[in-house]
Amino acid sequence: MIAFFQQIFGVALKDLTIEVRAPVRAFSVLFFALVILVMVAFAAGSTTKILQDIAGGTLWIAILLTSTRALDQSLSTEFEDHALEELLLWPVEPAAIFYGKAIANALVLWVVAALLTPLLFVIYDAPLFGSFVELVALIALGCAAIAAPGTLYATLTAQARGGAVLLPLLLFPLVVPALVAAARGTTVVMEGDPMRQAPAWLVVLVLFNLIHWAVAGVLFRYVIEEP
Amino acid sequence: MQDLARRFGGRWAVARVDLAVPRGGACMVTGANGSGKTTLLRCCATALKPHHGQITFGGVDLWRRRALVRPTIALLSHATRLYEDLSAQENLATWARLGGVSADLSDLLARVGLPVGRQDPVRTFSAGMRRRLALARVLLKEPELLLLDEPFTALDPEGRALVLQAVGALRQRGTTVLVATHVPGEAAALCEQRVHMEAGRVVRISEGSA
Repeated sequence: MIAFFQQIFGVALKDLTIEVRAPVRAFSVLFFALVILVMVAFAAGSTTKILQDIAGGTLWIAILLTSTRALDQSLSTEFEDHALEELLLWPVEPAAIFYGKAIANALVLWVVAALLTPLLFVIYDAPLFGSFVELVALIALGCAAIAAPGTLYATLTAQARGGAVLLPLLLFPLVVPALVAAARGTTVVMEGDPMRQAPAWLVVLVLFNLIHWAVAGVLFRYVIEEP
Repeated sequence: MQDLARRFGGRWAVARVDLAVPRGGACMVTGANGSGKTTLLRCCATALKPHHGQITFGGVDLWRRRALVRPTIALLSHATRLYEDLSAQENLATWARLGGVSADLSDLLARVGLPVGRQDPVRTFSAGMRRRLALARVLLKEPELLLLDEPFTALDPEGRALVLQAVGALRQRGTTVLVATHVPGEAAALCEQRVHMEAGRVVRISEGSA
């Protein structure tokens, strides 16, 4: 069991080291997210009320679209020189590979969200009348709910021709329920949450995370290895 | 291996191969491009599931007990399977951490003739340097079954000598070696058994040091 957790740690550390060693990848993801925020703001017009109303949803659209780029990059490193096969033969448990990569992907999304959120408040003049802790929890759980199935599907599509196009087609329908919960929760927290709805959205996100992380962890083996 | 067969789509890459290599022995598999050498080695490495027959090592079915035997098998293949954005030391450190192996990585790099302490990513390495790093990873694993697919490709004479020396040292420790090549050359000196493949089938087996 200790070896299993060591392998999860080893895979996550390796992925994060690659992110640090190749900053161009991280910058391209961040720039993409920033472009989305600015473009939606221009499209919505200059009325402050409209911008404030759509701020929560826009944050999650930016995170979701950015996640496909980050996930695709994360898995392309494994297939670039067939390193994933070496991981299996080394051997690293398929579940440890999955959880290591999914944790690293969740961390990358958390960093993206942590950098985007202050920009969102500035560009959209968005208020934060509710709890800051609840906002952080919603963002953390929302990103994690994307990272787990995202890692599974990115592994699947990275092996296919035109995988970068396939990934959003497969991933978006699956994460829409979690994304709706995250976006609604974020919006009510920004508006002050007078009806105390945020805790309910947090519970929904916790449940989605439990399902996504458990099911994707089991299925990953069948995506990377012959049965 | 008994009655081993593996197909890709409708084409049998390896068909009905029977071969026995003694424990601690070395066998060279020769044949033209597409004759099935790489597929044979990848089946032995448990990277591919045989569609027929089985491969046993020490009485253990390799595919069925792959979780058990994988720590004892190393494959040095065409693809070096390295992380391009990490340095040589970081690559080795990753594999050591994942395998729970403690080793002097600087010493290992020096043994394969790679500079120690440099942070250049593997992406900037020449093909020969990548092969040397892949060899260092093999040495880190200290396998009981070593599978070498065209082990001298892209290596300079010094690198070739390194491979011969490393494989010789592993053989002295009892490692069984399978070498696939279409240019026997140096590999012949390593092996006492020679198998020739054509169209996925073994057509000739010869014993005795070349």
